[in-house]
Amino acid sequence: MPQVAERHETYAADFEAFRETPAFGPEWLGTARSSAFARFIAGGFPTTRDEEWKFTNVAAIAATPFRRIGAAEGFSRADLEPFLFTDASRLLAVVINGRFSARLSSLDSLPAGVTISGMAEAMTDQPPLEGPSLKSAHPFVLLNTAFCEGGVFVHIEPKAVVTEPIHVLFISAPGADPGLVAPRLFVVAGEQSQSSIVENYAGVGDAPVLTTAVTEFLLGPGAMMDHVKVQRETAEAFHMASTFVHLHRASTFTSQAITFGGRIARNDITATLAGDGAECTLNGLYVADGETLVDTHTTIDHAMPHCPSHEVYKGILAGRAKAVFNGKIIVRPDAQKTDAKQTNKALLLSDEASINTKPQLEIFADDVKCTHGAAIGQLDADQLFYLRARGIGLQDARNMLIHAFASDVLNGIKHDAVRERLEQVLVEKLHLPV
Amino acid sequence: MLLEISDLRVRVEEKEILKGLSLSVNPGEVHAIMGPNGSGKSTLARILCGHPGYEATGGTATYDGKDLLDMDPEERAREGVFMAFQYPVEIPGVNNSYFLKAALNAVRKHRGLQELDAVEFLQVIREKAKLLEMDQSMLHRAVNEGFSGGEKKRNEIFQMAVLEPKLAILDETDSGLDIDALRIVAAGVNALRSPDRAIIVVTHYQRLLDYIVPDFVHVLSGGRIVKSGGKELALELEDKGYGWVDAVAGARA
Repeated sequence: MPQVAERHETYAADFEAFRETPAFGPEWLGTARSSAFARFIAGGFPTTRDEEWKFTNVAAIAATPFRRIGAAEGFSRADLEPFLFTDASRLLAVVINGRFSARLSSLDSLPAGVTISGMAEAMTDQPPLEGPSLKSAHPFVLLNTAFCEGGVFVHIEPKAVVTEPIHVLFISAPGADPGLVAPRLFVVAGEQSQSSIVENYAGVGDAPVLTTAVTEFLLGPGAMMDHVKVQRETAEAFHMASTFVHLHRASTFTSQAITFGGRIARNDITATLAGDGAECTLNGLYVADGETLVDTHTTIDHAMPHCPSHEVYKGILAGRAKAVFNGKIIVRPDAQKTDAKQTNKALLLSDEASINTKPQLEIFADDVKCTHGAAIGQLDADQLFYLRARGIGLQDARNMLIHAFASDVLNGIKHDAVRERLEQVLVEKLHLPV
Repeated sequence: MLLEISDLRVRVEEKEILKGLSLSVNPGEVHAIMGPNGSGKSTLARILCGHPGYEATGGTATYDGKDLLDMDPEERAREGVFMAFQYPVEIPGVNNSYFLKAALNAVRKHRGLQELDAVEFLQVIREKAKLLEMDQSMLHRAVNEGFSGGEKKRNEIFQMAVLEPKLAILDETDSGLDIDALRIVAAGVNALRSPDRAIIVVTHYQRLLDYIVPDFVHVLSGGRIVKSGGKELALELEDKGYGWVDAVAGARA
């Protein structure tokens, strides 16, 4: 197929040009990039024949010539306002088109024990920071590794307690033509530290953009990390994100992932419970309308004993939106006393919205508890009638029930300013009266 | 006349349940509708408040001079029609007091009254909660979620007290209540009796009517009112059983 060759030629030409720039990085990084790019070229974009991409057709991505784009220098602090959270954006790291912007960030008064720097600087460190992402064969992770020009590195020192959330804002701002954005977030939480990160993706502009976001969390023994991911890219954006979480002994990772944007939004989340007593909560809410496709693939890998994991995913689908949920739970032979719970629920607000949901349990230990459940439905007619019978109008009643459906995920967000803003976005997104 | 039902016929899932029911209710009156299972008591309650599963195929129901059957459920509620549900629905994720504030303000707005702010609303519900001996904590829970049967019924009457309807329809409010809960609920209802408010009490048993004493008792059988009388009719019914009514109805048919 000649189109395929051309498409890869575009990426190849950009990669060769990138190789000549200082941003390509030191030798070890150059080697990693070249290897990743070679593997990407060899494998190409996934097709629906791949089991992991069975219901998510990325032909629209393959058909679009995404080019490496510049840093979009024109941004001012005022341009960021719509994406900030009033009381939760004091510690702010800003990444525009995959490049950390010290100018737009507010990192002057970092709490003790916190280091936040641009990834480009962190990547030149010796020895190199090698997270699980470098071993991944995921095509969009490979593309990110090849083209990543920065992002944010967060380091929380052992025993540091940081109550204020660290807000990392990624903005994808393509120019007139389709742009490739390859940001990275790397978080190292030291032993017994406690901190909170809001990972926020937003978009501006009308052109298509391919955001290949890669995020890694390394949690030391006893570390506690509270994570919120917000994704509000434009309707022309392809948000292809991979998150890797590595939990050491007795560490706790709690995450609420809220997806509002994108034409295709794919989240691959892999959490490895690599030490005794580590605990992981992966919750998510996605809201989609129009022709949007939202795909969540989670893998919770129970490698060690006595680890609980909790997972609640909720989807609200309107218009002709489609969703995919695949929740894999692996319980390895050593992982006795695992307690894994998974729930996936979807609310279909139109006849044309649809979801494919699949739990995938791979259990190799015998003394474990694993439960999973999926429910797909419409708004409950009896609940709707009850509200109306008390004088509440149909639209308001629907609004209340949708809000209620979303509430157990949204209520998991500890920062009031973030939660309240997202509740507002939910209402706006569904064009519901306030 | 507050409510005038004339020759009402109602169908549920292709089956005719009410077969020409007529009833007149004036402000200030309490009417009890009694009857055996399947006689159409709950159907009457539900058609009056606009339940979507019930379809009127004939006859009329005029409320306060308006065609009741033509209104959406929320319009009826705003116009002052209230039904205490036989089976109140649990709504996880919707806070009881948030829900009630939305309902009260929708009703007030419709009546041309100013909407209440949080402080004013709190004053109203504190006062009404006392009336029903409600634990304040119930207000902060999700609507009916995890409530016992008695708590749910009490919550219904509490809502009625807050919304101050002109026509209240209690659909088997006594079912599932122990005697203490029954007394509290009945006291709440009695406190709401007033010259400009009418109450229709739908019940299978006479017991509730010891506490909420009706002005009129109607016996429903086979989708029609077959006998009407004063409060003594309920006692007679308790004494002789519904078989007696069916016999009377059969003799007339």
